[in-house]
Amino acid sequence: MPEARFHVGNAAGFATDRVDAGVPVVKALIESGAPAALFYETLAERTLAYAQRNKMRDADKGYTPDLERFLAPVLADCVAHKIPILGNFGAANPAGAARAIHRLAKELGIEEIKVAVVEGDDVREGLRSMQVQAWEEEPLFDVGRQDIVAANAYLGARPIADALALGADVVVTGRVTDSALALAPLLHHFGWDDQDWDRVAAGVLTGHLLECGAQATGGYFADPGYKDVPDMADIGYPIAEVAGDGDIVLTKPSGTGGRVDPRTVKEQILYEIHDPANYLTPDVTLDLMQVAVSDAGPDRVQVTGAKGRPAPETLKVTISYEGGWLGEGEISYAGPGASARARLAAETAKARVEREFPGLAVRTDVLGLVSVLDGDSGGLSKHHSDTDWQDVRVRLAVNADDETTAARAAREVETLYCAGPAGGAGVRLNVMPRIKTASCLIPRESIQPRVRLVGPADV
Amino acid sequence: MSDPLVEVPLREIAHGRTGDKGDRSNVSVIPYAEDGYAPIAEQVTAERMRAAFAHRGAGKVVRYDLPMLGAFNFVLDDVLQGGVNGSLNLDGHGKSLSFLALSVSVTVPQSVVDNARAARAGDGA
Repeated sequence: MPEARFHVGNAAGFATDRVDAGVPVVKALIESGAPAALFYETLAERTLAYAQRNKMRDADKGYTPDLERFLAPVLADCVAHKIPILGNFGAANPAGAARAIHRLAKELGIEEIKVAVVEGDDVREGLRSMQVQAWEEEPLFDVGRQDIVAANAYLGARPIADALALGADVVVTGRVTDSALALAPLLHHFGWDDQDWDRVAAGVLTGHLLECGAQATGGYFADPGYKDVPDMADIGYPIAEVAGDGDIVLTKPSGTGGRVDPRTVKEQILYEIHDPANYLTPDVTLDLMQVAVSDAGPDRVQVTGAKGRPAPETLKVTISYEGGWLGEGEISYAGPGASARARLAAETAKARVEREFPGLAVRTDVLGLVSVLDGDSGGLSKHHSDTDWQDVRVRLAVNADDETTAARAAREVETLYCAGPAGGAGVRLNVMPRIKTASCLIPRESIQPRVRLVGPADV
Repeated sequence: MSDPLVEVPLREIAHGRTGDKGDRSNVSVIPYAEDGYAPIAEQVTAERMRAAFAHRGAGKVVRYDLPMLGAFNFVLDDVLQGGVNGSLNLDGHGKSLSFLALSVSVTVPQSVVDNARAARAGDGA
């Protein structure tokens, strides 16, 4: 009899993803009877900077704000059925998240739960004494600058697998590669060697397919008439059924919306990939050149051919630092002549900003004509001058060093109410601080990941 | 049977998705049917894609071909005009850019367009 496949489900692809997505996934994992794990990926590049700021305001916070809402509907079932939950929802405070999970477990009447944390990714303090190397073609980042908000190394799957070996029901991490959250339970379950590169590569590919949640099951995909996706309001999040030899079948819970077919899977395989022969992770260098997908039944796709080579000797660090202020203002024009009035409004506001703040980076759009595809200097919109769309919205945006400048520039849209073209309506202003990110590399041995169980009252 | 050449937007024979890292975008271009692969390989070069993104300040553009997967991956430098970090575009991630890529035109036999349409329709929806 062939060895049973291990099932890995995903219930979130970013911090503000649907909090109810895990329910049908866990139901499917339980019904399958297969050994399984569930993971949440909630850390985009900048998310850790916001988490650090939350922790500065309240030392108990700094983990994913929706942690409890994500876990409440599934935690008891997962603990009861021995389906470990893994998540980078610890963000800037994995131990704080662990304590929050204990509180939640108590509220839910769960009598016994083991929560492990993986730490060591936070290098904000230590980075200055490390041998920092430049990232790709970027100039070497000055790690001594004073406005660094967060600096975290991407950890791999090994410490997470070690946490599972401690018997953890939930493993909380900070920054790890997204794919490590799926690879770790596979390493643990199958006992794969860390240097069995092709199997590790298959585990990383599994994680890559799953880590953006519904993006593998018809989300970020639907294009009516070309790529139709049923029932997107109840789209099912993905499950990978992985064999001991690394063969992957991607599917989703029965009775959910969305679709899994070779097209949804191909799009996700190449998502955020640069050189497909060299996808660098701390666990393996993944080579996608031999990967093939095939239809394996309704909402089932087989994925084969992941190849691995040794992982790089360095780890990637993402640094977030203060990035000035974004100021935005919007106003609508509708009815006959709306496009001409909108263009006049955009020119007027822009002229005012450029006069008041010479040299400030400013951009205007007429939403509805052409906006997001255009460049900052409006190269595309020049070709749309004949069009008269009758319901359009003007947007002005600036980058400023300080909040006051950003706010004053945005206000030039509001002044259009009385001093701009006829019929200007519905002004909204937005002024917010920006976070910038940079990357660098550090030697692998600069970091010692720490794995420990955290009790309800542990620090 | 005649099979005339027709000029169509790439979207008629392929689909794709954008991803981002820093100020770099990647756009996958995936033919719906197998016979779409060769004309894309021949006509949708890195240079043509760079021209389509010229107004976005495209720098280096590299095309990676994945015949086993049946897909192409374009990596476009600088098109995010500051990236999520500093872009003044509403779409700082460039998530909409796959549809700019799919507006590039290709000239293909009518049968290639028909086969793409049939592949879309035959998906058992």
